[in-house]
Amino acid sequence: MLLHTSKVVALMPNDISTDIIYPGRFMATVLPTETPQYCFADMVELNNRLKNKEIPPNSVIVAGANFGCGSSREQAVSTIKGYELIIVAKGFARIFLQNSVNLGLKTVVCPTIEADEGDELEIQQDSVVNVTKGKSFPVEPLPKARQAIVDAGGLIAYTRKRLLEKYPNR
Amino acid sequence: MAMTLVEKILAKATGQPSVKAGDVLEPKVDLAMSHENAALVINQFTEIYKDTGIPLKVWDPSKIAIILDHRVPAESSKTATNQKKIRDFVGKQGITKFHDIRGDEGGICHQVLPENGYVIPGSVIVGTDSHTTSHGALGTFAFGIGATEMASVWTLGTVLNVDVPGTIKVNVNGKFSSGIYPKDLILYLIGKLTAEGANFKVLEFHGETIKNMSTSGRLTLSNMSVEAGATSGIVPADEETLRYLLEEAFVGYKGELLKPDIDAKYDRVIEIDASSLSPQIACPHTVDNVKPISEIINVKVNQIVIGSCTNGRLDDLAAAAKILKGKKVARDVRMLVFPASWRIYKEALKQGYIADLMDAGAVIMNSNCGCCLGVHQGALADGDVSLATTNRNFKGRMGNPNSEVYLCSAAVAAASAITGIITDPRGVK
Ligand code: SF4
Repeated sequence: MLLHTSKVVALMPNDISTDIIYPGRFMATVLPTETPQYCFADMVELNNRLKNKEIPPNSVIVAGANFGCGSSREQAVSTIKGYELIIVAKGFARIFLQNSVNLGLKTVVCPTIEADEGDELEIQQDSVVNVTKGKSFPVEPLPKARQAIVDAGGLIAYTRKRLLEKYPNR
Repeated sequence: MAMTLVEKILAKATGQPSVKAGDVLEPKVDLAMSHENAALVINQFTEIYKDTGIPLKVWDPSKIAIILDHRVPAESSKTATNQKKIRDFVGKQGITKFHDIRGDEGGICHQVLPENGYVIPGSVIVGTDSHTTSHGALGTFAFGIGATEMASVWTLGTVLNVDVPGTIKVNVNGKFSSGIYPKDLILYLIGKLTAEGANFKVLEFHGETIKNMSTSGRLTLSNMSVEAGATSGIVPADEETLRYLLEEAFVGYKGELLKPDIDAKYDRVIEIDASSLSPQIACPHTVDNVKPISEIINVKVNQIVIGSCTNGRLDDLAAAAKILKGKKVARDVRMLVFPASWRIYKEALKQGYIADLMDAGAVIMNSNCGCCLGVHQGALADGDVSLATTNRNFKGRMGNPNSEVYLCSAAVAAASAITGIITDPRGVK
């Protein structure tokens, strides 16, 4: 099933930390409506392109392993979510991946992905097809239990449902 | 079926006879910790309740801990306003484990929790902070979660979708030689494992060295386990844990001390000979870029930092004071000391460590996260090099992407303060 056809707008190496995604000095800003301004703040060019809306939603960042390592700060997810980017990485750090599920940031675990900037990707349920290179790469599926959160539209909606079940006679 | 320590804790927390790596569970939470990011948790918690008609009430106000530590006293009006919002919420909800900006009971969250007896062996602890792994030092399954996940915990009292992690057993034997500390051990291990080597796994520490290690040292190991990607770093609770709880946290514990089964299944077993370790340094800009100090030649430092939840405890201050007593911090070096809690600060005053450090030229800061995360105090100039006992050296971590951070033990930091160059403490007379 085809989910998105997207362009690669940035390539990133292994171990992109939450300090690179959302530097600690902006931690006092917490609301998802306000965090996008500091997305990759120290990668000034990328930050400017994002803020100037030069990067359309569903564009892809292709990254190496351990993307989102470091802090549990949820700003690192809400800041990227603000631009509706998709992260296709060889792997993610645990807390970042869970935060992405909870907030609805699209993350794709694709351990063998090969791509260059500007390549066109077809993101499918079980693979990423690099249309430009004519190659396909398998995707590791999301564990079943987490799919329930995604299907509910994120953790807030999911927990609200559970809360309402706790008070059936409300 | 034979279980690892974390499997045993999770079986208990879910009321099942046994669980195994790979299961997905929803365990009950015994302690849910947040710091300033409680402001975001409150926001998300309120969202969950929106339009439900259900009164806004946390599941159990006695199981929630909130410690203001990341930017205290507030560095900006924005932070101050967030802190006020947290205070109001705490009052309304009757949250009892609240540590405000106070000299009698404040400090860094990962020190405040254990020293107040909140960390009970065998429990499940979640925190909106990646270094929540620290509390595994007292035999708990403790791990970091995001703010929205925490809002869900405040609502349901459980944490959703916990994959029972596989466990890597780390056996450490032999005696540290003089000048070598638990920090050197954990840096060495992270270098060996790499920053993602323990992703989605637990590190379970065993061996003579661990058995003889104080809870303070174990906290350093568990604290930094997350730097190898580990979900948690756990030391089975033992006699030393009981001693710590009684003598340093002032709570007696008479419950069970869970142990892993001897035939438990591990993903991997790592053996380390502690006696062969030399001082270890994590070089910029990743924590796994670890080298023995002999390979660090002539690295000049501008700022020395001793503190944080990793190495800001009494034994760290003692080690630094011992080296710096009667000596001077080099003229072109700034030395900043952030004790991990005000209780530690007060004890260090009593012991004379603070005076020794001040006489040498160190600046003693208040107990808070300080420059560890680059948001408050001790920012670095372009081109500056900092040598710190903290736990992260990511690019920009100390507030400036054009600076460098090296990580080390308190002894290395103190020895280097004298020379202004990264220095082996074993050579200091
Ligand atoms: S001292 Fe540093 S690592 Fe520890 S809780 Fe504070 S910011 Fe996090």
